[in-house]
Amino acid sequence: MISDMNPEGIVGEYSESIIQLYEIGPRKVLVTNNEVPYPDGRLIVSRTDTKGIITHVNRSFVEMSGYSEEELVGAPHSILRHPDMPRAAFKDLWDTITEGRIWQGYVKNLRKDGGFYWVKATVIPNIRKGRIVGYTSVRRKPDRRRVEECIPLYASMKKKEQEGSQ
Amino acid sequence: MSYKFTVSPDFSPDYLSGWFIFNTWLQRALGRSFHLEMMDNFQQLHQAIDEDRIDLIYANPYDASMLVRDKGFVPLVKPRGGADEAVIAVRADSDVDAVESLFPGIKVASTDDPDVHLMGMIMLEPAGLSHDSMEIKQCDNYVLVAKALLKGECETGIFLDKAFDELSRPIQSQLRALVRSEIQVIHHSLMAGPRLQAEVGNLRRVLSTMEIDPKGQGVLEGLGVSGWDLVDEEETEFMIDLMETLTYSPD
Repeated sequence: MISDMNPEGIVGEYSESIIQLYEIGPRKVLVTNNEVPYPDGRLIVSRTDTKGIITHVNRSFVEMSGYSEEELVGAPHSILRHPDMPRAAFKDLWDTITEGRIWQGYVKNLRKDGGFYWVKATVIPNIRKGRIVGYTSVRRKPDRRRVEECIPLYASMKKKEQEGSQ
Repeated sequence: MSYKFTVSPDFSPDYLSGWFIFNTWLQRALGRSFHLEMMDNFQQLHQAIDEDRIDLIYANPYDASMLVRDKGFVPLVKPRGGADEAVIAVRADSDVDAVESLFPGIKVASTDDPDVHLMGMIMLEPAGLSHDSMEIKQCDNYVLVAKALLKGECETGIFLDKAFDELSRPIQSQLRALVRSEIQVIHHSLMAGPRLQAEVGNLRRVLSTMEIDPKGQGVLEGLGVSGWDLVDEEETEFMIDLMETLTYSPD
């Protein structure tokens, strides 16, 4: 399950948004402007089942997300969804991986404390005996120039999505 | 019947005799004949694998996908605490204080050790560097990588962490690590090929108990390994998936 974010855990001034999560529904998220730099040399690794429910996280995932391992395992991966990310990016991700292909892109992730961190994410379907049994997501430190390109691009995609839904 | 055993060519030369002693120990422990053949380079190794000439291999993680998914190899054991990690280093007197300060067009000293080179390239990515934007000087070993930095032939170098830490004091004092990987799940493993399938159970048994056998202990020391941990197929499949995410390039 995934619950609304709790103001008690937020560090610094925050704003409130409602995001629509696929097959889950609305979630209230609280976001700050605090960016946490991606640590050098690390990979953030997680695995999910075919529905996107987290089944495994590594230590770097726990440290960067701010959640405990117990909070993460069993939660949908969209627990990290930041309201600045356009829905189209995740639609593209799911369309790609459910076809058995690898997806790669730059993602702004939301932390439990309302802060965020940028990653270069690669998601691979776990194909066993010809069947997709889950997905592995590996995040690494992004090239900052690519992140700076994504910021206006995602903002404009978000704007179009909001205009389209009105 | 004699089985063919080989070791990924990125093994440390310090352990060359250790692998031959291990081969002798294994033949006695298993009551089977193994012929150990060392390959000079990865090209030679890949040709031997391609021609199905290998039955047992201490494999680089980079080759795990081909061995398991294309050639039907089964993972047996991995060295305890033996995850492969990489170090990006510069000369101690270099102005560069972070990977992001490196610039396109730089010369990078590396080896043909595929998983370490891959991890190094991943750590250079935040500087916007790729194979297209750097010149690689391929060295035969990590001491030569260090020398390429010290001679000023290259601005930065990619090292296996253990090799970097084992450089002599005088060399190490002239180098500085910019970043070390902490990936933790990429490791070499001993794998058995299709002709050894009937022996997989016995291999796992003798290898996993090797450390409690006094003779086995000595043999392990000769390889710089404290013991073998069993590896199951899913752990290896997971590592293969992870390696594929690191080698993936949509371009």
